[in-house]
Amino acid sequence: MEFLPTLWFILIAVLWIGYLVLDGFDLGVGMLMKVWAKNESQRRVLLNSIGPVWDGNEVWLVTAAGATFAAFPHWYASMFAGLYIPLTLALLALILRAVSIEYRGKSHSQTARNLWTWAMAGGSFVAAFTIGAMLALTTTGLPLNEYGDRVGGPFAWFNGWAVLGGLAVVGISLAQGWAFLSLKTLGAPRLAGNRQLRRYLPLYFLPAATWAILVVMRYPKVPSWGMLTVAAVGLVLAWGASSRRKEGLTFTGMVVFIVFGVGAIFTALYPNVLPSTINEAYNLTVTTASSSDYTLTVMAIVTAIFFPLVLAYSVWSYWVFRQRLGEQHIPESVVVTPV
Amino acid sequence: MDPLEVARWQFGITTVYHFLMVPLTIGLGIVLVAMQTAWHRTGKEQYLRMTKFWGKIFMINFIMGVATGLVQEFQFGMAWSEYSRFVGDVFGAPLAMEALIAFFLESVFIGIWVFGWGRVRPRVHLTVLWLAVAGSVVSAYFILAANAFMQHPVGVEYVDGRAQMVDFWAVMTNPTLLVHFPHTIFGALAVAGSMLLGIGWYHLWKRRKEGIDTVDKHGYVVVGSTGSKARDEVDYKGWRSSFRWGGWIAIVAFLGTAFTGHTQAQMMIQQQPLKMAAAEAACHDGTGFSLLSVASRDGEGATTCNDVVGVFEIPGLLSFLAHNDFTTPVEGVNSLIPQYEEAFGTHLPDDPRYGERAGSEIEYLPIMEVTYWGFRLMITFGGIAAVAAALGLWIGRKGTVPHDKTLMNMAWLSILAPFAANSAGWIFTEMGRQPFTVAPNPDPTGVDQVWQYTAAAVSPGVTGQEIVFSLAALTLIYALLLVVEVVLLVRYTKGGHPAGMPELLADEDTDDDDHKPSSDVLSFAY
Ligand code: HDD
Ligand code: HEM
Ligand code: HEM
Repeated sequence: MEFLPTLWFILIAVLWIGYLVLDGFDLGVGMLMKVWAKNESQRRVLLNSIGPVWDGNEVWLVTAAGATFAAFPHWYASMFAGLYIPLTLALLALILRAVSIEYRGKSHSQTARNLWTWAMAGGSFVAAFTIGAMLALTTTGLPLNEYGDRVGGPFAWFNGWAVLGGLAVVGISLAQGWAFLSLKTLGAPRLAGNRQLRRYLPLYFLPAATWAILVVMRYPKVPSWGMLTVAAVGLVLAWGASSRRKEGLTFTGMVVFIVFGVGAIFTALYPNVLPSTINEAYNLTVTTASSSDYTLTVMAIVTAIFFPLVLAYSVWSYWVFRQRLGEQHIPESVVVTPV
Repeated sequence: MDPLEVARWQFGITTVYHFLMVPLTIGLGIVLVAMQTAWHRTGKEQYLRMTKFWGKIFMINFIMGVATGLVQEFQFGMAWSEYSRFVGDVFGAPLAMEALIAFFLESVFIGIWVFGWGRVRPRVHLTVLWLAVAGSVVSAYFILAANAFMQHPVGVEYVDGRAQMVDFWAVMTNPTLLVHFPHTIFGALAVAGSMLLGIGWYHLWKRRKEGIDTVDKHGYVVVGSTGSKARDEVDYKGWRSSFRWGGWIAIVAFLGTAFTGHTQAQMMIQQQPLKMAAAEAACHDGTGFSLLSVASRDGEGATTCNDVVGVFEIPGLLSFLAHNDFTTPVEGVNSLIPQYEEAFGTHLPDDPRYGERAGSEIEYLPIMEVTYWGFRLMITFGGIAAVAAALGLWIGRKGTVPHDKTLMNMAWLSILAPFAANSAGWIFTEMGRQPFTVAPNPDPTGVDQVWQYTAAAVSPGVTGQEIVFSLAALTLIYALLLVVEVVLLVRYTKGGHPAGMPELLADEDTDDDDHKPSSDVLSFAY
């Protein structure tokens, strides 16, 4: 076992898990702005509940990409070039979504607001789906030749795994969105969140669980099965807690599921980082795809210093905005007129 | 369709676009820190109004920087996978650290700043802004470290066909980076300065136009008020401060860019001599800086430097820029190209992975029209902004600006000049680096074989259609969003201080208690 590449493989898995846990609820709340919210003030409660934190959450994605570039350049190159079309769609969706958060409240006409709501919900959905599809394809492989270049044209990546992974992340995001609303809001969204999770929690996680089980069956490993078991316990715990209206416990159970479920997937994948569906000999592995030990060491030192700091101030920002939000907290919307 | 051409267009468009937002974020961020600190220190109401107004403008722009930056983070893998494989060992590190060290800091603390008014103590709230803006500046340092590596690779060795990092400290203290960074920060401050000046001018002008402010017989301002808080004396003070701060910042920033730019030019002659020769459209070795050169386009239709005729030249200036004396000649294209051909060959290797480009000839001369004009437009637009700032300060020295429509329109235009200078600077730097993505390091102590042709950097597996799709989709959405951003910027600009502090418009006669924002209501909300 190569120590440094393995360490970096774990760190990148951690970044992806952090992204799914945190931006998961942002994306979910974004979708719910169209799917659930019925009036303007509900939409604004939803938007403001994620307002202070969504950008920090998205940086988990940026960091996952940057860390992959630094630690596994071949993985970065083969994955993003191979998944050109879905990645472009994900970026377009993330752009629309980011801009709609800031600009929605600054537009005056109802038409413009409706358009931004669509951009937010549609963008969140497409981003969750395409990111899920790409993650799933990293675990099951792309048609890569001996140089790591994708062959077979722009859509050669497409298969059932892409759909399954897409649904998995959409499901996770919606569930996380509901759980977040039940923790962070007052009144209608909180009640709706509790009700949804009480009734449908297993359904939201069905595609993710299927994905995890299928991947672990494909590359069976004892630790992966162990992690899947813990994930299952988390899910049962979450569902049980949701029917007793223990909101904090529900959320925790779901996070346990995501951490261990996705952890099981990455563990199963190891030592591959991106398999080739053409020939196993072309698989990118932690050793063939990684940077030099020197680079990995420098990066590890920097991470050891700064990652705890990032965690600390991120936690602090959630603490600052711990108060629940209801319609009574939302000021009238501002209309800017020339002075 | 050659993926190379499309990929270059796509990268150029998205990056130049990203850099429309970036300098405003960095420059205005620094200015915001100064404003809020001034408020904290003096407690003067005008600084609070400035902080809130410019904070809104900042956020409208910031979000577009975030949205377009996302694309940048992935692009190197998408269309430039060979590049990513070749340099990933060294180039990925600053990108990852930028995200970990700078982007988290920036985005988490901006979130707290925006929503934290009245929620965290004032001192904490100020610290939060300092940290967020420090994040922007640090992010600039890291990404410029990555870019400086492409201009001048250091701290690496060539191992198994790839660049391998051996000295991280050298990468982070690349001499190219050490001048790139201040030049870029000064360029960003120039943008913020002109923005403050132009918008400050607008509101002073509007107050004059509406007869709120008048002038006495010596031309000095007599500040008036409409009775509403939106247009009282504090409002005047705020705009006058924005105006003056902006003017001085723009002037100092221009001097800063000129000073650092001079160092950059000297370094460029050592590191990328062909870029400088192309920027001068100079075929033959010489000492003069060309103010205007023209080329006849006869012959084969393409412009070669032999067709270029210098119209105005300042003798000795180029040598001064390059060597700090007026006589040492600077090498021209004709003597440089053979040196490059000898050192790096004349053709791209005949590797099937390069597709149709395999074995094609390498054109060492960058597109001269671009380098020549890019260099001059950068300096000219920067100079225009600085002159406009100096004139503006002089015209406004008595405390207000004339009630004159033409001057007002010129003030609007001068806001755009530093944006143009920044874009021109990057286009010059990046296109002047061609045909390399990683330009060879010519130092005697330099790194053998760590260089790469752009034609060899494109993703071999990606088709032209895919890149056309992303090019079209991104350009379209960027164009639409630019319109939206400008509309919002204009709306908030016209809204003046109340755009950042709606409470200024509240009716003052009514009972105070009704309007005290209850501590329960968010002071800021989407
Ligand atoms: C000189 C400065 C500079 C330069 C050359 C670039 N950027 Fe940038 N970037 C910034 C300065 C900046 C910034 C000021 O830090 C931004 C602008 C708005 C913002 O949120 O941060 C930013 C945002 C930003 C973001 C979003 C961060 C977030 O979500 O908060 C990403 C992912 C990138 N950039 C990535 C890049 C890449 C990969 C570049 C190279 C091609 C690049 N930027 C060029
Ligand atoms: C934000 C400011 C920047 C601007 C405005 C800018 C501009 C450009 C332009 C105009 C091109 C196209 C050149 C051509 O096709 O001839 C280009 C190419 C490129 N630039 Fe930059 N650039 C910037 C920053 C960076 C940074 C920070 C990096 C690296 C970290 C970078 C890496 C590249 C790469 C990889 C290419 C593609 C290869 C090429 O065509 O040369 N650029 N850039
Ligand atoms: C007399 C004034 C100036 C001089 C002599 C100068 C010189 C230079 C030189 C030589 C470069 C190329 C560096 C390289 O390719 O290695 C450059 C790049 C650049 N310039 Fe300027 N410049 C001046 C003014 C300005 C102004 C006013 C701005 C913006 C407001 C600006 C913005 C830029 C930018 C953004 C770049 C690309 C980034 C970089 O290479 O640092 N410059 N400048």
